[in-house]
Amino acid sequence: MLIKRTHQHSPRQGSVVESLAARAGGLDRRSFLRKSGVAGGALAALGTMPLGSVRKAEAAKAGPLTEGATIRKSICTHCSVGCTVTAEVLNGVWIGQEPSWDSPINRGSHCAKGASVRELVHSERRLRYPMKLVGGQWTRVSWDTAINEIGDKLQAVREKSGPDSVYWLGSAKMTNEGAYLFRKLGAFWGTNNTDHQARICHSTTVTGVANTWGYGAMTNSYNDIRNAKTQVVLGGNPAEAHPVSLQHLLEGKELQKANFVVIDPRLTRTAAHATEYVRMRPGTDIPVLYGMMWHILQNGWEDKEFIRQRVYGFDDIKKEVEKWPPEEVERVTGIPGEQLKRVAKMFATEKPATLIWAMGQTQKTVGTANVRASCIALLMTGNVGKAGAGANIFRGHDNVQGATDVGLDIVTLPFYYGLAEGAWKHWSRVWEVDYDFLKSRFDSKQIMETPGIPLTRWFEAVTLPKDQVAQKDTVKAVFVQGHASNSITRIPESLNGLKALELLVIADPHPTTWASLAVEAGRKDGVYILPVATQFECKGSRVASNRSLQWGEQIVKPIFESKDDLEVIYLMAKKLGFADQMFKKIKVENNLPEAEDVLREMNRGSWSTGYCGQSPERLKAHMKNQAKFDMLTMRAPKDDPEVGGDYYGLPWPCWGSPEVKHPGTPLLYNTNLHVMDGGGTFRPRFGIEREEKLPDGTTRKVSLLADGSYSLGSGIQDGYPEFTLASLKKLGWDSELTEAEMAVINKVNPANPDTVSWALDLSGGIQRVALAHGCVPYGNGKARMNAFGLPDPIPVHREPIYTPRVDLVAKYPTLPDAKQFRMPNIGFSVQKAAVEKGIAKQFPLILSSGRLVEYEGGGEETRTNPWLAELQQDMFIEINPADAAERGVKDGGWVWVTGAENNSRARMKALVTERVGKGVAWMPFHFGGWFAGKDLRGNYPKGTDPIVLGESANTITTYGYDPATGMQEPKVTLCQIAAA
Amino acid sequence: MARMKFLCDADRCIECNACVTACKNEHEVPWGINRRRVVTLNDGKPGERSISMACMHCTDAPCAAVCPVNCFYTTADAVVLHSKDLCIGCGYCFYACPFGAPQYPKVGNFGSRGKMDKCTYCAGGPEADGSKEEYEKYGANRLAEGKLPLCAEMCSTKSLLAGDGEIIAQIYKERVMKRGYGSGAWGWKTAYRETIES
Repeated sequence: MLIKRTHQHSPRQGSVVESLAARAGGLDRRSFLRKSGVAGGALAALGTMPLGSVRKAEAAKAGPLTEGATIRKSICTHCSVGCTVTAEVLNGVWIGQEPSWDSPINRGSHCAKGASVRELVHSERRLRYPMKLVGGQWTRVSWDTAINEIGDKLQAVREKSGPDSVYWLGSAKMTNEGAYLFRKLGAFWGTNNTDHQARICHSTTVTGVANTWGYGAMTNSYNDIRNAKTQVVLGGNPAEAHPVSLQHLLEGKELQKANFVVIDPRLTRTAAHATEYVRMRPGTDIPVLYGMMWHILQNGWEDKEFIRQRVYGFDDIKKEVEKWPPEEVERVTGIPGEQLKRVAKMFATEKPATLIWAMGQTQKTVGTANVRASCIALLMTGNVGKAGAGANIFRGHDNVQGATDVGLDIVTLPFYYGLAEGAWKHWSRVWEVDYDFLKSRFDSKQIMETPGIPLTRWFEAVTLPKDQVAQKDTVKAVFVQGHASNSITRIPESLNGLKALELLVIADPHPTTWASLAVEAGRKDGVYILPVATQFECKGSRVASNRSLQWGEQIVKPIFESKDDLEVIYLMAKKLGFADQMFKKIKVENNLPEAEDVLREMNRGSWSTGYCGQSPERLKAHMKNQAKFDMLTMRAPKDDPEVGGDYYGLPWPCWGSPEVKHPGTPLLYNTNLHVMDGGGTFRPRFGIEREEKLPDGTTRKVSLLADGSYSLGSGIQDGYPEFTLASLKKLGWDSELTEAEMAVINKVNPANPDTVSWALDLSGGIQRVALAHGCVPYGNGKARMNAFGLPDPIPVHREPIYTPRVDLVAKYPTLPDAKQFRMPNIGFSVQKAAVEKGIAKQFPLILSSGRLVEYEGGGEETRTNPWLAELQQDMFIEINPADAAERGVKDGGWVWVTGAENNSRARMKALVTERVGKGVAWMPFHFGGWFAGKDLRGNYPKGTDPIVLGESANTITTYGYDPATGMQEPKVTLCQIAAA
Repeated sequence: MARMKFLCDADRCIECNACVTACKNEHEVPWGINRRRVVTLNDGKPGERSISMACMHCTDAPCAAVCPVNCFYTTADAVVLHSKDLCIGCGYCFYACPFGAPQYPKVGNFGSRGKMDKCTYCAGGPEADGSKEEYEKYGANRLAEGKLPLCAEMCSTKSLLAGDGEIIAQIYKERVMKRGYGSGAWGWKTAYRETIES
């Protein structure tokens, strides 16, 4: 195109555009990428067509633009901020987007993705009908044929290899209702091999944070960051990953004159707005945090009273911190001691301070330990449970928090009940099915209570010898509904898995890289593609990162032959023969389960997490009354007839039944508020006391309950354990239970009703009585600095599996090989072999990966959207000018990137930039459709290929799994780059 | 009458490109035409700043001054619009524009580039407000509906402001006063021959 600020023909001396280009000192990321012109052949032609002839849906827009149009509201599907999307719909066509001024979260704003979501529904490249691969050709089939053939094949796999040989991969893009039903489908099928994107984004956060203070979620909210005096971003780039959150971060920074510190290996777009940027070596988050804590303890900046009352294990942490004086921290992280001291001082003394993170901390073999160290830093400085403070964990997908909560996971049933017998019995009571029936669906009671295989290892679960996968047989079939394959590391090895599968089902609005790579792997048959609607074509609730639930309306009906997620799940259940049992308590019309009714079932069973108060009626009232919620406190005025006193979206925990009218909990663990105003305490989840060994060999018992700290107005003015019928009796409060409530409690456990707890009592009575006395149903405990039970109870620095600092591996090795999640984790052997083979000499550059603002996740959906695709047309790798010069790599030139495993290689463009430090390279992770230099466009069903294709970062990524969660390690590995 | 202006607060712009895709969405702007774009200075270096750019709807617009067929006109709101019926695609306006705003559907020499296209401040063109003809040639007419340009309305960080020049200048001034820094109303001197004192 003609108009580029760097255009060589720019004729006018002194024009603003030209002077800008000169000042910029070269090309920026986008103009550099766009310089190459338009992408595919089809679009090259598009570019020369006259205006107007390529417009879609123009008839719908004729005449006065919005006359007769109705407004429908849903939630953006591209990140966890939870922006409301306001759609104008005319004659069933989505004709325009308007700013959502009333949403207290986005206040009218969007990012590039949110401002273009309408296209997703109009896209001519969407899947139109079911297809199957026949002799290597994509062939149209009917829904009936597809469901029948898939179901028959699944049954055949089940008979031969058992239910665990089918892997059910769900999605963080489903609504709560969809994700819940998908998990339920897995339960009724008889397997815990049900997972979704949380595994590869924040599984380590959920595990690490929940093990520290009770629940694995963002403690505060995007809006609340406005209250912070110090914002520290460690392991996140929200300017690109959560752009609308920057509205709150930047306004907070301005209004509070706050410190805005970004610690990152890259000078990110977020760092560009920081008051202090700290460059660190990738994979050294724990030394960075301990380095800060060293200064905090050295100077007595810790919050001693907070620690005494609300923290367990401080002495253990002190010992570990002593190992990290400034010299050692600088040696490992590269950060000068003085700079880190400055940051530590701000964090500990200019309060409230918040710590913000995303996948920069989580996607590591030490991910769980990383987030634990972050929590510990917050606890040490008393920066939890207060406005402006907290662990502000920015989750990824729009409903990844929700999909995690509803248990689309390998380690638990819905709402973190776990997999033990008690959990299964709880859910069989909620579902009103026989526990023995559920048990009969599994290979054994033992496997029923054993965590499944993480999605990061799915292909190994297919290809490893049978005796190495601890279930009846290896995985034979994968049913994936809404998950990218190119988001998973070690793509070259995944091709073996794709080839070996007996059945692959892809249920998605787009064919995704599952389809193009399956063909590349040599498959000629055994692959089905089912067109599924986007979430704008479905209704239901979604959970934003701040735990607020938002109800999205259906904007338009599913296009082409697409079906709602819920309908696909129902059709599968029906075909597999358990729909009647599975949907016993849920209304189904024309094969479509009613979303409201699914939510009501969740309300009835989700006491443990406080999802019990968010009825569909309350959520709809919130969407209708959005304008009434305060932007800063997120609370509606108390006298409002519909939503009076509620916090926006009833952020969980929202205790009790809907009738209790709990307002939701905007800040977790906030003792400054009454529990009925959203106050809370740390959750005693790991016993009420612990036996500690003393140096002299004797033991002592230490209480894990809070000491003299309690939430405002609490009936018990000290720490207390979770509520059970027995504890109510002890307090003399059991008489306040109604007869009906007592009847339900007796039914839950007829043999021993005293043991029925706040989480198992289906009447909600125990919660109601506890709340009436100002007590938090789960109890009042201490947060754990020492999280006994985890692989590293005290976070320990461990070098990445592939590290350039081989000199540090002996002192900071990864954990020994072990069996986890039914699979071997041989990280230690891989790390050892890499050091011995001198891999770091052959591949001297650290490779990290991350987000671009225009794309999301695996990117097939967003790369199919022309409004976004036009802005990022080429896969690229960022390389420092010094590294580029050594290799003769030119800015904008083609390079081959080679990886440390599988002789992996990928061809892409080089972006030579100081954004990355010397020795570090960085790739965006959204590209796909190329493999090892080969364009796979022809592998997609005709007309469904994304506009922009490119090499996947995960072609180059390598082995490495977090021992506590199975998280992969795409944020730090090694590579080499050569000019192509 | 209001004097409509754009103002981009470079201390807020995060180059998220919402303004760019909002524009594409609202007007169904085809591939290759960019009525608005975001330019980044010092990309990847300390001091990196981004600015969202489009037609600034200049006072005494230079495009209008050089147009050989007089296709430009200024509305009562001081929005600079043009007639695609009159435009001959000569490209003079592109050479005259200090902001690189004019766009052409085709690559080529005089007369073969097709009708010029640019930001309309979401105010359509000479045809009847909200008519099909207007929409096909220029896109939506939000101003006629009492709304402001969608790019600014959807800006993720409220960096890009649109509206009456005096009001948005006041908003910016207060913002700068409160936070204590500001890099100025970028492009105002060129477009409007004034700056915002703060």
